[in-house]
Amino acid sequence: MNPASPFAPTRRRVLLGAGAGLVAPGIMAVPLPAAAQAPAGAVIDVMRARTDPIPVAVPDLAGTGEAARVGRDIARVVQANLRNSGLFRPVDRAAFIQTAESAAQTPRFQDWRLIGAQALVTGRVLEQGGGLRVEFRLWDVLPETQLQGTAFSAPAANWRRIAHLISDVIYERLLGEKGYFDTRVVYVSETGPRDRRTRRLAIMDQDGENHRYLTDGRFSALTPRFHPSADRIAFMSYQDRGQPRVVLFDIGSGRQQVLGNFPGMTLSPRFAPDGNAVVLSAMRGGDANIYVVDLGSRSERQLTSGGGLDVSPCFSPDGTQVVFNSDRGGDQQLYVMSASGGSPRRISFGNGRYATPVWSPRGDLIAFTRFGRGGFAIGVMRPDGSGERILSEGWAMEGPTFAPNGRVLMFHRETRATDSRGGGYSARIVSIDIAGFNERPVPTPTDATDPAWSPLLS
Amino acid sequence: MTTRLLSAAAALALLAACSSTDQNAAQTGAGGTIRPGSQEDLVANVGDRVLFDFDSSVVRGDQRPILSRQAEWMGRNAEVRIQVEGHADERGTREYNLALGQRRANAARDVLVASGVNGARLSTISYGKDRPAALGSDEASWAQNRRAVSVVQ
Repeated sequence: MNPASPFAPTRRRVLLGAGAGLVAPGIMAVPLPAAAQAPAGAVIDVMRARTDPIPVAVPDLAGTGEAARVGRDIARVVQANLRNSGLFRPVDRAAFIQTAESAAQTPRFQDWRLIGAQALVTGRVLEQGGGLRVEFRLWDVLPETQLQGTAFSAPAANWRRIAHLISDVIYERLLGEKGYFDTRVVYVSETGPRDRRTRRLAIMDQDGENHRYLTDGRFSALTPRFHPSADRIAFMSYQDRGQPRVVLFDIGSGRQQVLGNFPGMTLSPRFAPDGNAVVLSAMRGGDANIYVVDLGSRSERQLTSGGGLDVSPCFSPDGTQVVFNSDRGGDQQLYVMSASGGSPRRISFGNGRYATPVWSPRGDLIAFTRFGRGGFAIGVMRPDGSGERILSEGWAMEGPTFAPNGRVLMFHRETRATDSRGGGYSARIVSIDIAGFNERPVPTPTDATDPAWSPLLS
Repeated sequence: MTTRLLSAAAALALLAACSSTDQNAAQTGAGGTIRPGSQEDLVANVGDRVLFDFDSSVVRGDQRPILSRQAEWMGRNAEVRIQVEGHADERGTREYNLALGQRRANAARDVLVASGVNGARLSTISYGKDRPAALGSDEASWAQNRRAVSVVQ
């Protein structure tokens, strides 16, 4: 499946209330109309929400017995998603006046105004034929209008997914752009002493839940990246007779396949935005050059040539350009070139070396790692190299990856070893708003590097 | 820990080698015999690695004699095949350091070939910054980690 999937726009329309339909495998959605339905349109924009987060009340979804527990769990996941974005300020539950059950029937808006809520989420969970029916409504408290009403039907095991879908709908209705909660992150889980580390691919929801390992650790796995369909990964592995090679991995079947017929090491893969090709680096002798491998014909096309290490290529979201880093000018800097090849143009000119460029899905920014004497930093610049901003600095950090809406980055941050045996070293994934605020750890069970954010799953 | 143990063994072996008339039959202090043409032999009697400057893959003048000795040793041990492992320190990004490690392995390999070793006996691989020899976060550790290590296959 590719991003041009005919289902994608339909799913979005269904989620936003235009009609009934399947929004994710096993999850049906139908609109819940209301007498006072507000027209589509943002209440507030992201720029303002950064300085003035939207106060939102998320009482537990009502229910009885097991359904009550699920209703509470869904509300807690929704509230955590909204809070973690930095753009919403959940109202303290201890201040709630109206009960969740009562609000699920008819919100008393004055009770929610009184405690400062601008938006209100209500709902109910019902057990239905072995599965769940989750009704959810989003209210604009001041004009007392319903912004959204949706009922999800799904197997009980999908409750967490429903919570993320609800979170994305709230984000989209209140901020006027798509959210990023119904997404996953693939990364490298690292265990053991640094000279003999076990490196396994692991996948989790964007909030760290539903964690599981994809590889068994017998061979080192590095730098995973999602296919635009989110059902495949490209990464580098030492599994092919011990040689470092780019490998394709099908998440559903677990099937793995070495990509291309290169004589030497291949590394730093990324899928083209249409999902039909992979751009990567291949070494020949002491030089690394950039190639595009077509996934249908498996033909290889060389984009750069000559001496130097050209690595970490990444397509622009429209597929017409490639950004990469190269030491062709002496030390590592960022270059942009046409996806059909041609002369690369240097875009980084600040202090230090620049590496691991990634193009925002919005097309407006390139995120990068910068390092020099002072340490490492994660920053963003416009694709022409202007407007450089550093978002986070520290001892060591690298490998930014964008949320599908281009508003948040994850990367990994390392702490310095404090003794000669590597004590004190750690590597952890963090997320940060692209405005440079709200840096927060993403929970993982082990040391974690090389995060890659999936596209929206629905 | 492995590195520290190896270094201690190498030091003992070197001491033993000095008192031996036949380097290839050097005895270890631990009581075992080093087999000629083995990794232990290479480590104890020749030197298995060369070090590089920051972000450089140029074989330094002070490191060249080590590769010359390795080439002579491969001449004496005609069956031996070597994989040259390239490594980098932690002060760089993972992908670039993988490429840099490969370039270092290639540079060491090229010197071995220029010193008369048949290229068919040599292979290369890079581990970038992911298998440090020294685990500290300081210049002394980084200097040990910017290396190309010859490993008997």
